Amino acid sequence: MRTSVPAPVLSVDGVSFAFGPQQVLDDVTMEMAPGEFTALVGPNGAGKSTLLRIVLGLLAPQTGRVELFGSSPRRLRDRWRLGYVPQRPRLAPDLPATVEEVVAAGRLAKQGWWRRARPADREAVAHALESVALGGLRSQRVTELSGGQQQRVLIAKALVCEPELLILDEPIAGVDAQAQRLFRDSLVHLLREHGAAVLLVSHELGAVADDLDRVVVLRRRVVFDGKPGHLAATGVSLGVHRDDLPRWLEELSENGGA
Amino acid sequence: MPGMPWPLPWPFDTTYMQLALIAGVAVGASAPLIGTFLVQKRLSLLGDGIGHVAVAGIGAGLLFGTSPTWTALIVAVVAALALEWLRSRGRTSGDLALALFFYGGIAAGVVLAGRSATNTNLQPYLFGSILTVTEGDVYTVVALAALIIVSIALTRRGLLAVVLDEDAARVAGIPVGALNALLAALTAVTVASAMRVTGVLLIAALMVLPVATSRVAARSFRATTVGAATVGVVAVVLGLAAARQWALAAGGAIVLVTLALFAVASIAAPLRRGGAADDAATLLSGPG
Repeated sequence: MRTSVPAPVLSVDGVSFAFGPQQVLDDVTMEMAPGEFTALVGPNGAGKSTLLRIVLGLLAPQTGRVELFGSSPRRLRDRWRLGYVPQRPRLAPDLPATVEEVVAAGRLAKQGWWRRARPADREAVAHALESVALGGLRSQRVTELSGGQQQRVLIAKALVCEPELLILDEPIAGVDAQAQRLFRDSLVHLLREHGAAVLLVSHELGAVADDLDRVVVLRRRVVFDGKPGHLAATGVSLGVHRDDLPRWLEELSENGGA
Repeated sequence: MPGMPWPLPWPFDTTYMQLALIAGVAVGASAPLIGTFLVQKRLSLLGDGIGHVAVAGIGAGLLFGTSPTWTALIVAVVAALALEWLRSRGRTSGDLALALFFYGGIAAGVVLAGRSATNTNLQPYLFGSILTVTEGDVYTVVALAALIIVSIALTRRGLLAVVLDEDAARVAGIPVGALNALLAALTAVTVASAMRVTGVLLIAALMVLPVATSRVAARSFRATTVGAATVGVVAVVLGLAAARQWALAAGGAIVLVTLALFAVASIAAPLRRGGAADDAATLLSGPG
């Protein structure tokens, strides 16, 4: 899947951030290669959300540097190269919009937000919906779908530009097992078919634990960055139980990891 | 003054009713387009607030002897942009800033109008006087309505993306700040254009109620928008007819018809779906 020493899709270099006196991120450094499937994990309050907002360009780091495809997140020109799936409960419960309309909104990064959809755009929307197994529900009002289905709509919305880096924020929290499997299949499809890199931000790994190339554990700073197999060697299984990881992190940081 | 070049049946068989019809339809079609986005952004009362601020502009217009529509437009647009700036910086959560704007606007309007030499009072602008619009008024209203319709037609895709998720829209490179400012400015334009129809104190009703009616039945955002504009036009036509028939205040009649249409849609929609058990409370709060 990887070519010889490719330029990183994401590079975070010495990023620190504090809210007032509270240090949230402390000298965080990490990189992602094209096509790599990385999980950024850590307990609640570890700084994951802040790092995510910095990577997305929604927040500026106080020190350090972030680059997406070689440019700063706010200056990135081809925005479609970056896909973003927010946490689930973002759709207003009274939103009068169809599944297709929500996914089509994700296409604007490629289509141009002021342009009408061309046939290629409509095809991309249909394809994205098929890839998350929602083709039959395209005319359904999005708020009539189950939580898991809504999550897949948001994934289709992020996939519709065929991004080179897909960032997902807590996508499997509170989603049932069947939805998790479908979600995993969509991700694996994206990784294999399109060679996209995927950054999964989560406090649990659930169904995707076996597919990961890398795990980065964050607790204000990076306390582990390596292959999942390495983690397994420590005797701790990721994704078996949602409570496993935070407890393990406590031990890791107390034993000199942090 | 010439009316329409073609004869229309009652109640639009007189020049003043035809002028009222043109101005009313322009506002009835354009105001709900803005409302569709405001409702979804939980800014339903923004139009109401900007209507209050516009009173200061009306007062200034009366004092200086210029057209109150244009002074109201300027004051409303400036206030709308200032409010959006405060909102985007998260500074209006305590809503004290909104109160300062709103009450400051209406108080300034009353004081300025009171100082004007002419005998004009604020009433026609507060509650509308669509049956006395002149041909010049109609041109202004139609031009402002056209500006709103064209602006929404050009930016609706981006605005929908912003409504769905502001952060995701920013990540996608959509100019969220500029589109939010545009929506606020267009809200102010709507207030100025509708001030002779329903008056600034009732304009928010024409932005919001047709949307509430339309989304009872519509599945898609597109259908909600088109449906809301249709409801707005129907409400204006029926409201004007009622005003003519029973000598009612036209602005108030139009808003009451809009409310009646919402009530009918709320009762009819669950019956049509076969789920008569759905009560009005569910409809008001939306599905899910």
